[in-house]
Amino acid sequence: MDQPIIQIKNLKKAFGTREVLKDINFDVHKGEVVTIIGSSGSGKSTLLRCINLLETPTGGSILYHGENIMTTGKVHQYCAKVGMVFQQFNLFNNLNVLENCVVGQMKVLKCERQEAEERAKKYLDHVGMLQYINARPRQLSGGQKQRVAIARALSMEPDVLLFDEPTSALDPEMVGEVLKVMKDLAASGLTMMVVTHEMGFARDISDRIVFMADGIILEDSTPEELFNNPKHERTRAFLNRAMEK
Amino acid sequence: MEFFHWVQVILDNYGILLLKGTGVTVLLALVGTGVGFVIGLLIGVYKTLPIRPEDPAVKRILYKIFNFLLSAYIEVFRSTPMMVQATVIFYGAAFLFSLRLDPVMAGMFIISINTGAYMAEIVRGGIISVDKGQFEATHSIGMTHFQSMLYVILPQAIRNILPATGNQFIINIKDSCVLSVISVTELFFQTKSAAGATFQTFPAYFIACVIYFVLCFSITQLLRYLEEKMDGSDTYTIYGTEPVINGADTLKRGDK
Repeated sequence: MDQPIIQIKNLKKAFGTREVLKDINFDVHKGEVVTIIGSSGSGKSTLLRCINLLETPTGGSILYHGENIMTTGKVHQYCAKVGMVFQQFNLFNNLNVLENCVVGQMKVLKCERQEAEERAKKYLDHVGMLQYINARPRQLSGGQKQRVAIARALSMEPDVLLFDEPTSALDPEMVGEVLKVMKDLAASGLTMMVVTHEMGFARDISDRIVFMADGIILEDSTPEELFNNPKHERTRAFLNRAMEK
Repeated sequence: MEFFHWVQVILDNYGILLLKGTGVTVLLALVGTGVGFVIGLLIGVYKTLPIRPEDPAVKRILYKIFNFLLSAYIEVFRSTPMMVQATVIFYGAAFLFSLRLDPVMAGMFIISINTGAYMAEIVRGGIISVDKGQFEATHSIGMTHFQSMLYVILPQAIRNILPATGNQFIINIKDSCVLSVISVTELFFQTKSAAGATFQTFPAYFIACVIYFVLCFSITQLLRYLEEKMDGSDTYTIYGTEPVINGADTLKRGDK
């Protein structure tokens, strides 16, 4: 098998004395869609935030194409290649939709404006937001904001895109439009890591599902295996609770 | 009426002088707020630099030392009256270094560093009031701290502190009168001269009162207009020619 894009080895994260991630090991290969599920407080979001270094891990290593990013000192180049979509969208409030997708390309990737705008428009079109390029974030609905946030991340042409509960802050009627965009992305072969509470969605799009509890990975298997034949009692209990909703 | 008579007399004889004084007052407030804003911006940015425990010890210690000096500057200038600062600096320069400062230049210097001390805290507050998610989003697309500040955080922070900055400007217009203590020829100083020469204290200061009010009030309106400009239009134009399927979709503001 080819080298994984991202390898997580013995990753640990503690806030003070509270250990949130205990000993995390797993790989993400090119084109894979990995979903992380688990109860609140199990460390899912912290894991994602460690992967793009929003949190500094307290132990272990993260290898990107075989290089340990915590020691290479190429943090910014790495971050530019590992995109992130946030629960609260976090669009740049001072910039309009187009500039949100252009600023990173121009300032970080040093693209020419014309090239950056073309690419931004391409991805805004992908997510169905092309006609809103002149709008400001405050003029958009939650679902629209999240689609722009996805386009902003895609405009950087990342190797991996991380989604941190992308639909949790949305009204139920807007969840669908964002999930549809993500489904298309998964089908297009983009490497994705998704933290979500949408179980049906996780089952549909994932190549692998990781179940986390208390800062460790309890199960890491295919959706069929995990949903139909969970190995741990805790996985079963969690799925039962999640499916009831 | 006698009052209007004296107002007329003062305006006829000292109008030019009062006008010049008004000019100096506006100049002091403009320079003070402008330079003070830049000082505040630099200190505010410095004070919000992300210094982490894993950074080299030398860097952390240097940061702390300079940070302490900045804090000392802020506290000294916020905890003493500007009138006293003016006197100490102006006569101190003469006493210690035999420097005969030009009063207007000295006045501009004093009002600038005084405003800078206040603006530093205002800017710092403006920066930390920007949603943390904005920092995280800049980080997630690979921006450095400097780029993040320049393109995303400061534009929002500056917008947020505009009302407080306007407030400083108005305070500076009024409080620059204390600089008359080092004979800066601003409006209050000129009024005092006019009042002294005519022995008509009330009419003279009444004129000053009106001028101060008109200055401050028009600047307030101007700043409000500027704020609205910075916020941009409430509507936006739809890009391209594709038909809009749902008419209600076009101009609505975020309804979530």
